[in-house]
Amino acid sequence: MNELNALFHGFSVVLTPMNLLLMFVGITLGVLIGVLPGLGGANGVAILLPLTFTMSPTSAIIMLSCIYWGALFGGAITSILFNIPGEPWSVATTFDGYPMAQDGRAGAALTTAFTSSFIGALAAVVMITFLAPLVAKFALKFGPPEYFSVYLLTFCSFVGMGKGSPFKILASMAIGFALAAVGIDTVTGQLRLTFGIHELMRGFDFLIAVIGLFGIGEILLSMEEKLAFSGKTGAINPRVVLDTWKQLPKYWVTSVRSALVGIWMGITPGGATPASFMSYGLAKKMSRSGPKFGTGEMEGVVAPETAAHAAGTSALLPMLALGIPGSPTAAVLLGGLLIWGLQPGPLLFVEQKDFVWGLIASMYLGNLAGLIVVLTTVPLFASILRIPFSIIAPVIVVICAIGAYTVHNAMLDVWFMMLFGVVGYVFKKLDYPLAPLVLALVLGDKAEDSFRQAMLVSQGQISILWSNPLVGTISTLAVVLLLWPLLSRLLAKVRQPKPKQFAEEQPVD
Amino acid sequence: MEPIDTSGSQPRRGVPTHVVEAVVAFVVLIMGVVVAQGSWKLGSGWTTDGPGAGYFPFYIGLILCIAGAGTMYQALFGKKKNTAIFVDSEQLRRVLSMLVPALVYVLAVQLLGLYIASAVYIALFMVVLGKYSPLRGVSVGVLAMALFFLMFEVWFKVPLFKGMFDPLRFLGY
Repeated sequence: MNELNALFHGFSVVLTPMNLLLMFVGITLGVLIGVLPGLGGANGVAILLPLTFTMSPTSAIIMLSCIYWGALFGGAITSILFNIPGEPWSVATTFDGYPMAQDGRAGAALTTAFTSSFIGALAAVVMITFLAPLVAKFALKFGPPEYFSVYLLTFCSFVGMGKGSPFKILASMAIGFALAAVGIDTVTGQLRLTFGIHELMRGFDFLIAVIGLFGIGEILLSMEEKLAFSGKTGAINPRVVLDTWKQLPKYWVTSVRSALVGIWMGITPGGATPASFMSYGLAKKMSRSGPKFGTGEMEGVVAPETAAHAAGTSALLPMLALGIPGSPTAAVLLGGLLIWGLQPGPLLFVEQKDFVWGLIASMYLGNLAGLIVVLTTVPLFASILRIPFSIIAPVIVVICAIGAYTVHNAMLDVWFMMLFGVVGYVFKKLDYPLAPLVLALVLGDKAEDSFRQAMLVSQGQISILWSNPLVGTISTLAVVLLLWPLLSRLLAKVRQPKPKQFAEEQPVD
Repeated sequence: MEPIDTSGSQPRRGVPTHVVEAVVAFVVLIMGVVVAQGSWKLGSGWTTDGPGAGYFPFYIGLILCIAGAGTMYQALFGKKKNTAIFVDSEQLRRVLSMLVPALVYVLAVQLLGLYIASAVYIALFMVVLGKYSPLRGVSVGVLAMALFFLMFEVWFKVPLFKGMFDPLRFLGY
């Protein structure tokens, strides 16, 4: 029951008027970010990160994580009312959400989506509350080889679990590592890969990359598709909410299954997007009303929303317990921790109890606040979407520029941001996943440090990655995942070809 | 070093996706060679006090080379080539109508500072691309930037870039 005591302590840290205010501000900003095209969880948090430099770390993380919850909630609004997913993880919500709205059941669809999101998040937070301290305690025994093998596992699982060309996943990841290597070498102090350009000494900041890749890249893509918003109106009144809540318990099996899928995909770096597709696909196959999916089934909204939110939330578990983020947004939050002078990883649970448990407590309260905010303010956010793209687009470019500038107060970063924007646009069009790039850019230095330390210990013998059962298991798993595209092809040749499963998306959130 | 040229240099109608794919893969390959070569020069071997500065990046460069070569092979000789058109001229025109003003805007920020350049950018974007009346364009631009000014300079005390000529000097921020 240590965890419960710690959790209640966390609540006492969070429950100050200022923190509650920040929570609501964060949720509102987050929903706004989730609704607007071109702004998403990752770059939204990245842009707002500099605003929190002056706050205490606990207040800052409360606000930023609430922005994240808000973005997770907000994606559903555009999916259901406009048939345009505001975030990649709400693509699956459009399948049944939009038909419901066309049917005149927009309110019910929105209530279903928000409530399912909340339940998914709650399941994940409960899991984090009890599992994160255990994982952290376990991870305290880790040395450099163990850490490097965990990093290896993280990146290999992108290759093993991602759909699409494994070469592209490798390329995206290696670009991230290469960009992370630019600048001063942390061990020897030598300048690396700067090619004589002084400004590159600072290296590439991943916040700039996130803002460019996800912000500018997304705007360019939206422009190409020429977004025209023409949506249903969605007002939610208390009667609709209560009626919907009465029906929801019917779908508890779907909820439980989706939450589990989401939690699993969130802890392993699968991410919210594949989780939502997988959960929708499973529900379609296993549910009795499966054949009717796509025509406006409530269950078809429950499944992806629960999973997406559960995955988005549990992506914070490896970030808190191991210092390895499970999604780009978690990576941005991790970057925030470093900026506020906190060392992410298992020691956080020992040295920064207030911070960790404050954050976990704020996950409970933040999601509750999120549910209240979205249920009451849907018409407002839906009306924001009716603002024409030709006003929103330049404002978002300006916001991205401000965000990129404030990271280091450097104009060169704004130019880099534009460059990353073009790269993001081209990569998205060519199906290069962006998540591995961002994670590699964030973790590059730490992965390299643990690699070099491990190599120092073993005097350059790679066999140290198999020197004891723990590290050996992790490394072997990593290698299996890395070779999975090859192995699965071999297996498919040996066995009879299976019927093609539903399309799974790249982890792009 | 970055595949910026692939999106800019296709004014011709209908370049198949797999050609763009191959070009980007080639850029990745070149990047890999550059990284590996740069790390090699730094010392990617074993020095007296452990792995050299280029030890880790060298392998990253190698992975980049493998990934680039692999993608290029798949794009040029693979069975499942994507021959759909990458961008048609209409799409390209729309993307460039977003990208080029944005680049000009960043240049203007460099000279005039963020607030003035942004207000002008929003106003022009609305008037030229959104076909709004100049009055509405200018008012939205100025209002938005006034709001940002209050938020950043006054409330959060985060100074933004004022430009090389600093035309807003008279405000005292």
